Amino acid sequence: MDINMTLIGQSIAMIVFVWFCMKFIWPPLLAALEERQQQIEEGLTAADKGKELLVKAAIEADEIVGEARKQATSILDSANVRANEIVADGKLDGAKERERQLSAAKAEIEQEANRAREELRGQVSAIAIMSAEKILNREIDNKAHDDILGKLAQEL
Amino acid sequence: MATEGGHGPLTSGDYISHHLQNLQACKDSSGEWVMNIGHNASNICSGNPMAINVDSMFWSVFLGLVFVFLFHSVAKKTSSGKPTKFQALVEIIVEFVDSSVKDTFHGKSRLIAPLSLTIFVWVFLMNFMDLIPVDWIPSAASAVGITYMKVVPSTDVNVTFGMSVAVLFLIIFYTIKNKGVIGFVKELTLHPIAPPTKGIALIASPFMIAFNFLLESVALIAKPISLSLRLFGNMFAGELIFILIATMFSSGLLLGGGGGLLHVGWAIFHVLIITLQAFIFMMLTIVYLSLASESH
Repeated sequence: MDINMTLIGQSIAMIVFVWFCMKFIWPPLLAALEERQQQIEEGLTAADKGKELLVKAAIEADEIVGEARKQATSILDSANVRANEIVADGKLDGAKERERQLSAAKAEIEQEANRAREELRGQVSAIAIMSAEKILNREIDNKAHDDILGKLAQEL
Repeated sequence: MATEGGHGPLTSGDYISHHLQNLQACKDSSGEWVMNIGHNASNICSGNPMAINVDSMFWSVFLGLVFVFLFHSVAKKTSSGKPTKFQALVEIIVEFVDSSVKDTFHGKSRLIAPLSLTIFVWVFLMNFMDLIPVDWIPSAASAVGITYMKVVPSTDVNVTFGMSVAVLFLIIFYTIKNKGVIGFVKELTLHPIAPPTKGIALIASPFMIAFNFLLESVALIAKPISLSLRLFGNMFAGELIFILIATMFSSGLLLGGGGGLLHVGWAIFHVLIITLQAFIFMMLTIVYLSLASESH
């Protein structure tokens, strides 16, 4: 318990250790710590920036999707309109064609009927003349009544 | 417990005083180096102011080297990348010391922080020796013929004083460095009562200066004394309680078992004390040095 030279020895030892620590231990350790601090700080800022960018990108993506959706709708709309137009056109064309065909058929039928009527008229007049001839052959002179019969055939 | 050493302490009192005796070396009257070593060693060196406590010196230097080696090995291959577990531990300690210094010491100094780190870790390691069961190392030492072996350097008042004296010189150095020799003298003589500078009261000035000097000198000297005695007192008391508990081990099963429980409890509590004392020693050193380098 008494004070002796150990005191001086301990002081010297302390000075040596402190000197060594100051020279070879503290500076590299603190430098490493500060460097790591810097790195962590940079990492955190980068992460923040990344997050911000992500949010921005998400908004942008939303915008793009919305735009695309809008475009798709408008394309669909115009396609529908076009399809309706085509259908309407088709209907119109069909109706026209039907009308045309119908009128052509009607005209043909009329022609045919006229032709048949003409023929029939000829035949009837021929038959009438024939029968009249037969009747008149007996009673009337052919020549005397020829003009009357011609007039008759014309009137028919 | 009672059988180690040459002449073998027999009573509890012998056991305790044996544990409190340093291994010492000194020059005897004929100028030759002698030690209280070996069988039938007598304490020839006790009371000799030129003696050296070999065990205290050995363990404190050994632990200082442990500190230097461990921290230097980390510092050498340290990198800012992913740290190893031990490197992380060292960095936690360094950062803790660094923030303590930055909180308290506002000047710029390349010395304060490494000084604080050295003090903290070294004192902690010296205190830590207290947790090694009190008989292990002394028994091993006596087995090779070393009768006396105190393994906790911070229970040696010379060790704590040695460190606080170094701190005292640093306090004086920092005061002179920051305030000049005149500032240092002024600090010692013109506080706390400012002596009158004119008129008839000038006669009283020398007395006031003398009074101030007395007061401030005591305040200055009290710093290292309180610093070292605080550490020494705590560690010595802790060590003594461990020794007292150890005397119970040979007193029957019941007392021995109780002693075991007490030992565990005290050791767990002591973990707090050794850390706290190391921290206080470091912190007060920083405070004293920051007081020395700041003008008030």
